[in-house]
Amino acid sequence: MSAIVVIILALAVWLGSWALNEYLVRLKPAGPAAERQIGFAVPAIFGICLLALWELLARGLAIPEILLPAPSIIIEAALNALPIIGIDVWQTVFKEVLPGYVIGCGAGLLAAFVIDRSPFLKAGLLPLGNLVSALPIVGLAPIMIMWFGFEWQSKAAIIVTMIFFPMLINTITGLAASGHMERDLMRTYAASWPQTLLKLRLPAAWPFIFNALKINSTLAMIGAIVAEFFGSPSVGMGFRISTEMGRMNTAMVWAEILAAAIAGSLFYGIVALIERKVTFWHPSVRGGQR
Amino acid sequence: MTTLRTKVWPILAVLVVIIAAWYAAALIMNRTLAVEEAARKGEVLTTGAMWLKSYSMDKPLLPAPHQIVKEIWNSTATMSITSKRSLVYHAWITLSATLLGFALGTALGIALAVGIVHNRAMDKSMMPWVIASQTIPIMAIAPMLIVVLNAIGISGLLPKALISTYLSFFPVVVGMVKGLRSPEIIQLDLMHTYHASRTQVFWKLRFPAAIPFLFASLKVGIAISLIGAIVGELPTGAVAGLGARLLSGSYYGQTIQIWAALFVSSIVAGLLVFIVGGIERLVYRMMGARPEATA
Repeated sequence: MSAIVVIILALAVWLGSWALNEYLVRLKPAGPAAERQIGFAVPAIFGICLLALWELLARGLAIPEILLPAPSIIIEAALNALPIIGIDVWQTVFKEVLPGYVIGCGAGLLAAFVIDRSPFLKAGLLPLGNLVSALPIVGLAPIMIMWFGFEWQSKAAIIVTMIFFPMLINTITGLAASGHMERDLMRTYAASWPQTLLKLRLPAAWPFIFNALKINSTLAMIGAIVAEFFGSPSVGMGFRISTEMGRMNTAMVWAEILAAAIAGSLFYGIVALIERKVTFWHPSVRGGQR
Repeated sequence: MTTLRTKVWPILAVLVVIIAAWYAAALIMNRTLAVEEAARKGEVLTTGAMWLKSYSMDKPLLPAPHQIVKEIWNSTATMSITSKRSLVYHAWITLSATLLGFALGTALGIALAVGIVHNRAMDKSMMPWVIASQTIPIMAIAPMLIVVLNAIGISGLLPKALISTYLSFFPVVVGMVKGLRSPEIIQLDLMHTYHASRTQVFWKLRFPAAIPFLFASLKVGIAISLIGAIVGELPTGAVAGLGARLLSGSYYGQTIQIWAALFVSSIVAGLLVFIVGGIERLVYRMMGARPEATA
């Protein structure tokens, strides 16, 4: 197959799927079920089209496997190395990300409750917190590895530093989200501070807290993987990516990235699912507005 | 005066507490190291000497703030900026990749957002993937991209910039889509009664309405562009840039060098966000916003 034919084929695939999508979004759906099906089909077609283009171009133009392996080769590599990837996921996600995520989010939440009681601390910590979230905290990774060793503790520590301030800031903003009227009402009930917190302010803060939980889920994955570049026991996704890259085993690197993407998306998806259950009253969940 | 009392004092107080805690932590963490080192030479340290030593070690576990400031001063002010040991040189390498990536990411983000707002098929097919692309731990792709692009002969600035691009396009797309959709129906109807074309609606209504959203996204975008550029420098084997300083510092246990690089990158990050904020205020004023509305 010559290069020209491949490129023409690729263009045809692209234009064809685009035309299909243009047709689909113009359909008048018969009911909510049909509308949901179209809403699912359109991005799916786009994704499949991208994969098809990738496969076609990688194979048709004979791009060396070291540069860009075709999706089929990546999936084959992933299936062949399933046990290794499983061990890496266990190390990175369950031994590093989860402890760090729980400790960091918990600490941020508790700190927010404490700081919330003092306007002075709030005025002092909020600007600093905003500054810190713009800083390249990942750079602390070598120092944390020096302090806590190569095992999961150093990765958990870097994750905690990365996600503490997003959690803190979002929670403090959320705790201020309940209205004056509602807080006055709680006061007329002679509600104590914990009662007001539990029954009014925390429920009002959930959307903000979940926002932080979602941001932090991706930050935590990034923190663990990047920290593993600096040093880790000979297992873990970041470790595998850097060593397989050194051996120019690109298909394995992509397989590991695929695993990281799936793990990251699942993590995010689970948090988003819990959010829908907890903040069922929020307009963005009810679908009241677009 | 109320701003001084309600805004400046709390921040200063928190800063003082942090620095005090830092000195205390440095003493506790470096103490055993200092005592061990003295014991190896057969000396017994008095309390005062131990304190002094804890704060002036070459490779401490946690350098004291004044040591970091001194290192930054030594590697910026007392050196020619073209020297390989100057932090200004390394900061510039990272900064140029950051800015290039940020510019590309912003342009890509705005282009995508315009397409998404004006074409329903693009909206439906791309938005879920744009969001999904961010749940992927992107940094995992960084070393990949660098090595692959090196293999086909593209090295230096562009690969790092591409990582920054990937990271910074997302907030811009999301913010701009929100912003371009922010005009209310009544305003769009007014444009309709003027018989305005789609281009006119875009330039006279949608784009100005999206400016506040754009700047909010740009502030997020420039910060993660810098992080992307720093992480992008890690796998290249510590040649140049702030990320390379971090890596070589961690290879040779030069903690003061690591902290100095971290401080400089923090200063750069703060400056970049500050500059974007300044441009934001300038643009608001040019668009005729009242001063109190921008404060």
